[in-house]
Amino acid sequence: MSTSAILMMIVAIIVVWGGLALAIVLMMRGRHPGDPTIHRDL
Amino acid sequence: MSVEHSAAHAEQAKRGAFSSRRVFILAAIGSAVGLGNIWRFPYVAYENGGGSFIIPYLVALITAGIPFLLFDYAMGHRHRGSAPLSFARLRRGTEGLGWWQVAICFMIAIYYAAVLAWAVSYTIFSVNKAWGDAPDAYFFGEYLQAGDPGVTASVVPGVLIPLVVVWVGVLVIMLLGVQRGIGATAAIFIPLLVIAFLILVVRALMLPGAGVGLDALFTPNWSALLEPGVWAAAFGQIFFSLSIGFGIMITYASYVDRDTDMTGSGLVVGFANSSFEVLAGIGVFAALGFMAQASGVAVSEVATSGIGLAFIAFPAIINEAPGGALIGVLFFGSLVVAGLTSLVSVIEVVISGIRDKFDLRRRTATAVVVAPAALLSLVFFSTTSGIYVLDIVDHFVNRFGILVVAVVSVVVVAWVVRALPRLADHLNLTADLQVGRLWVVTLGALVPVVLTIVLIQELWAVIDEPYGGYPMWMLVVFGWLMVVAIAVAGFVAARVPWREGTSLADPSVPDSEEIS
Repeated sequence: MSTSAILMMIVAIIVVWGGLALAIVLMMRGRHPGDPTIHRDL
Repeated sequence: MSVEHSAAHAEQAKRGAFSSRRVFILAAIGSAVGLGNIWRFPYVAYENGGGSFIIPYLVALITAGIPFLLFDYAMGHRHRGSAPLSFARLRRGTEGLGWWQVAICFMIAIYYAAVLAWAVSYTIFSVNKAWGDAPDAYFFGEYLQAGDPGVTASVVPGVLIPLVVVWVGVLVIMLLGVQRGIGATAAIFIPLLVIAFLILVVRALMLPGAGVGLDALFTPNWSALLEPGVWAAAFGQIFFSLSIGFGIMITYASYVDRDTDMTGSGLVVGFANSSFEVLAGIGVFAALGFMAQASGVAVSEVATSGIGLAFIAFPAIINEAPGGALIGVLFFGSLVVAGLTSLVSVIEVVISGIRDKFDLRRRTATAVVVAPAALLSLVFFSTTSGIYVLDIVDHFVNRFGILVVAVVSVVVVAWVVRALPRLADHLNLTADLQVGRLWVVTLGALVPVVLTIVLIQELWAVIDEPYGGYPMWMLVVFGWLMVVAIAVAGFVAARVPWREGTSLADPSVPDSEEIS
C-alpha cells in the first residue's frame, strides 16, 4: 500500500470511529437518558 | 402524574414503544445499516476520489445527513405518531406527504424481501460453493432462471421458497410488536452483524493482494474534490444510506420516551452508520484486491457494486480464497442480517400508518399490511422476470420516490408550514447538544438545494440514456408510472377520514385546538 493510502485509511477510521466514540461519550454523559417508567407501561 | 402525562403514556402503551434509548438507537442503526452500506458505499467512494472522498462524505454527513435525521426525529418525537399522523398533527393539509412516504415503504418492502431471499440462498450455497466455476452464469441462469427482459408468470422454486421464509420471519417479528419484535431483533442482530463483519474484514485483510485493494480504495485523488459530481455523490450516498426522508425515523422516534435526548441519539446513529460503511469498504476492497491479484488484472477490472458485487464478484472471491466458505457465510449472513433489520423498519412505517389511521390492533394491522405485501412480492419477484422488475423498481423508487418526497417534505415544512424553529425548540427541550439557527438554515436551504442537484443529475441520466437498456414499456410501467402512482396513492389515502377520537392536535401543545 502507498503511504498516502495508509494515511487516508487511518484518517478515515479515526475521524468516523472517533466521531462515533465521541458521540457515545457525549450521550452517556447527557442529562436526558429517557424516562424508565415507559418500560412499565409496556 | 398529571392527567396529560397519563393520557400520553396510555397512548404510548397502546401504540407500543422502545423500552429504552439503547434499544431505539440499535433499531435506528439496524434500519440505517442495510445492503447499501455493504455493496454501495465502497464503490461510490472508490469511483469518487478514493481516500479524498472522506472529505465530501463527512461534510455531507454533518451538514445534511445528521440534520435531516434530526428533522425526522423531531417530527416523530414531537407529534407521537406514524408519518401520516405526524404530518397531520403538524398541519392537516400535509398528511399526504406522510402517506406518500408510507406508499414508498410498501413498494420497497415488496422487492427488498426478494434480495434478502437471494442472500439467504447464497448463505447456504456458500457452504459447498454451489455456484461452481461460473458465478455469473449460475446467478442469472441456474438460480434466477432469467430470460429476456419482460414479465412472466414462471415461478422459480429456488427463489420462491426462501422468499416465503423471509416473509414468515418478517410476519413473526412484526406480530411481536415494537419492543419484543423490532427492538429485540435489533438488540440481537446488530451486535451479531458487527461481530460477523469484523471477522470477515480480518479474514479479508489476511488474503494476499488485500493491500492492492485498499490502495485502490484509499489512495486520494485530490483533484476529484473540484468536481461537483463527487460532492453530489457524497450527499447522495449519505442520503440513501441513513434511511432518512421516507418515514422510518419519524415512526421510530414516535416510539421513544418524551424525555429522551434525540440529538445525542442522532449523532450516535449517524456516525455508527458511517463507521459500518468504512468497515465495509475495507472488507470489500481487501477481498476485491485479492480477486484482482489472483486473476492478474487491475482492481478497476473487478471493482463493482450492488447485485454484481454480492452475487457475482463475491462468489468468485469465495471460490479462490482459502477458507472461502467461511467468507461466504459471513458475507451473505451479514447481508441477511443487515437487510432484515432494514426490511423490518420499512414495513413498520406501513403498519404504524395503518394502525394510527384506522385504530387497528397490532395483529390486525400486521396482517392487513404483510399479507398483500408478501403476495405481491411472491407474484412479481419469485418469477423468471423478477430480477428485471426489481432492478427498475429499485432504481426509480430510490431516485424519483424517496429523493422527491424528501425534498418536497423538507421544503413544505420549512417554507410553507415554517415549522423548523418549532421543531428545533422541541429537540432542544431535552437536548444536551442544542440545535440552533444553523440547523434551521441548513435544513431550509442547503439540504433542499443539494438534494435537488442530486435529483436533477439522476433525472438527466435517465433522460440521456434509458435505464439499463430495458424495453421502454417496462421503464414506463415499473418506473415512471409506479413513482407517480405512489405519490397519487399517498394523497388519495390522506382523503380517508381519521377514526373518531383520533386527535390531530399537536401533543406537545396541551391546549392546542383539536381538529377532529
